[in-house]
Amino acid sequence: MEDTKNSSRVAAKEMTLSMGPQHPATHGVLRLVLDLDGETIVKCTPYVGYLHRGVEKLAEHRNYMQVLPLTDRLDYISSMSNNLGYCVAVEKLFGIEVPERTEYIRTIVGEMSRIANHLLWLATHALDVGAMTVFLYCFREREAILVFFERLCGARLTVTYPRIGGLKNDVDPKWLEDVYAFTTEFPMRIEQYETLINKNRIWLQRTKGIGVISAQDAINWGLSGPALRGSGVPYDVRKVTKYGVYDKVKWEVCTGKNGDVYDRYRVRMDEFRQSNSIIRQCIEQIPEGPIMADAPKYTLPAKDKVLTDMEHLIHHFVLITKGPQTAPEGEMYIATEVPKGELGFFFVSDGTGKPYRMRVRSPSFVHVAALPKLCEGELIADIIANIGSIDIVLGECDR
Amino acid sequence: MEPLEIVNRLKTKYLNEIADVTEFRDQVFVSVNRDRISDICRFLHDDPDIYMDYLVDLCGVDYPDRQHRFEVVYNLYSVKHKHRLMLKALIPADNPSVDSVVPIWAGANWHEREACDMYGIVFNGHPDLRRILMPDDWEGYPLRKDYPLKGPADSEYKGFEELKDLHSHDSEWNIQ
Repeated sequence: MEDTKNSSRVAAKEMTLSMGPQHPATHGVLRLVLDLDGETIVKCTPYVGYLHRGVEKLAEHRNYMQVLPLTDRLDYISSMSNNLGYCVAVEKLFGIEVPERTEYIRTIVGEMSRIANHLLWLATHALDVGAMTVFLYCFREREAILVFFERLCGARLTVTYPRIGGLKNDVDPKWLEDVYAFTTEFPMRIEQYETLINKNRIWLQRTKGIGVISAQDAINWGLSGPALRGSGVPYDVRKVTKYGVYDKVKWEVCTGKNGDVYDRYRVRMDEFRQSNSIIRQCIEQIPEGPIMADAPKYTLPAKDKVLTDMEHLIHHFVLITKGPQTAPEGEMYIATEVPKGELGFFFVSDGTGKPYRMRVRSPSFVHVAALPKLCEGELIADIIANIGSIDIVLGECDR
Repeated sequence: MEPLEIVNRLKTKYLNEIADVTEFRDQVFVSVNRDRISDICRFLHDDPDIYMDYLVDLCGVDYPDRQHRFEVVYNLYSVKHKHRLMLKALIPADNPSVDSVVPIWAGANWHEREACDMYGIVFNGHPDLRRILMPDDWEGYPLRKDYPLKGPADSEYKGFEELKDLHSHDSEWNIQ
């Protein structure tokens, strides 16, 4: 042992390795420049911006209604959550109260989106680390959720289902029934995934004790979502910001202990069960009622009225082309818990139909920034596990 | 602690620095002069009753008509005490610079780089202030209000300088 250590030190030569931007394990166009001493990472410098589309600049030139489809393209894996985050933020800015039925439906689709996101995360993360079997099992269930989305609004990936003040359309009872049937079966599926990897020695060796970040460091670096909770910080925006019906259903904030890749995996597995339980409770409790808020200055009129009534047609036209003309002046920050962490919107409104400034606080951007902290001093193979464990999407990182 | 209580604490210590306090839908914004921003942030971070340990977000805002053209908005949250305060540093147009808060919150690093990239605000003492989303040789600051959404046709970005050099010198890369 001593010998190999010495000989490796003699032979070791620092070398710079450019990883990405086209690399299957970086989950998008992320480029990392790694300074290596043998196989140990001395310095890691991430380069981002390859997917920069200027969403914040575009938003300043579009009205509030037109910005909504842009938010789909932030985190395209869980576009439903992004839409929700945006709508909740704009509603709080305008001071709109959303009907109860809408809150229930939003919570259901939000949690379905969380399950779909974590499924994709588990599939690709496990594949990166070498546990290949679980990949297709996860995609089977993800497909089921995407089909539910398709039945709901016609789109699978970029859904644009919520609207400011409500939803595009109501759900039908058969859809709710089928989702309920899915949630009855899903806990068994989670157990299947766990039997595949929980006792897999390769999986355990490649995740336990890797990429450790303490609770204090995780907060200091601004991590959020499962990446923060894996370090044992019980911070969940669903408990902090009031939106959806998270205060009316029973659920717990899942936390880890050691802050390593394995604990972040455990947190997400626990979140599967929590989300599943939230969906079930919502479907059991969901009340009847309208789905659009009673705020005609900000919300789109019902489609059947637009097609038959002149006044509503004009109203619809003005809202879509010019935006709400009576938006209050002010600035505020509203965050929601998307699957990847805290997605925040900071609006400066000057009273016109367009946001004066829209800042998107995306979890992936913060997580990529913290990547050097996680992987410096570790082996080059571990960087794959680390990138997977912080769950990034570059569309959201670069905006 | 209520946000206004935090503001009162701040006032007893840094009264001359505070320019304005506004409130909108229960969120409190404190505008301060930029000169002692790192002292103020250090105080908000270290004080055991306030303990703003989580820098949620940091971003710039551009107001071309105001005396202080730029604002840097610090979105501070305390995970321990569960309270939030929005702090704004007022920055003049002729010398857009402010002290970096990276020594206090490591997570500020990329947010500050982005604000520099998008608004041209210089963060003094930042460990690695480079462009982050735009290419290194980009001209102008895209999120400034006087920067057009779409420029004239001939102003299209011509590509990385370093790549062009590479193309002209290395025949293997010389793709027509």
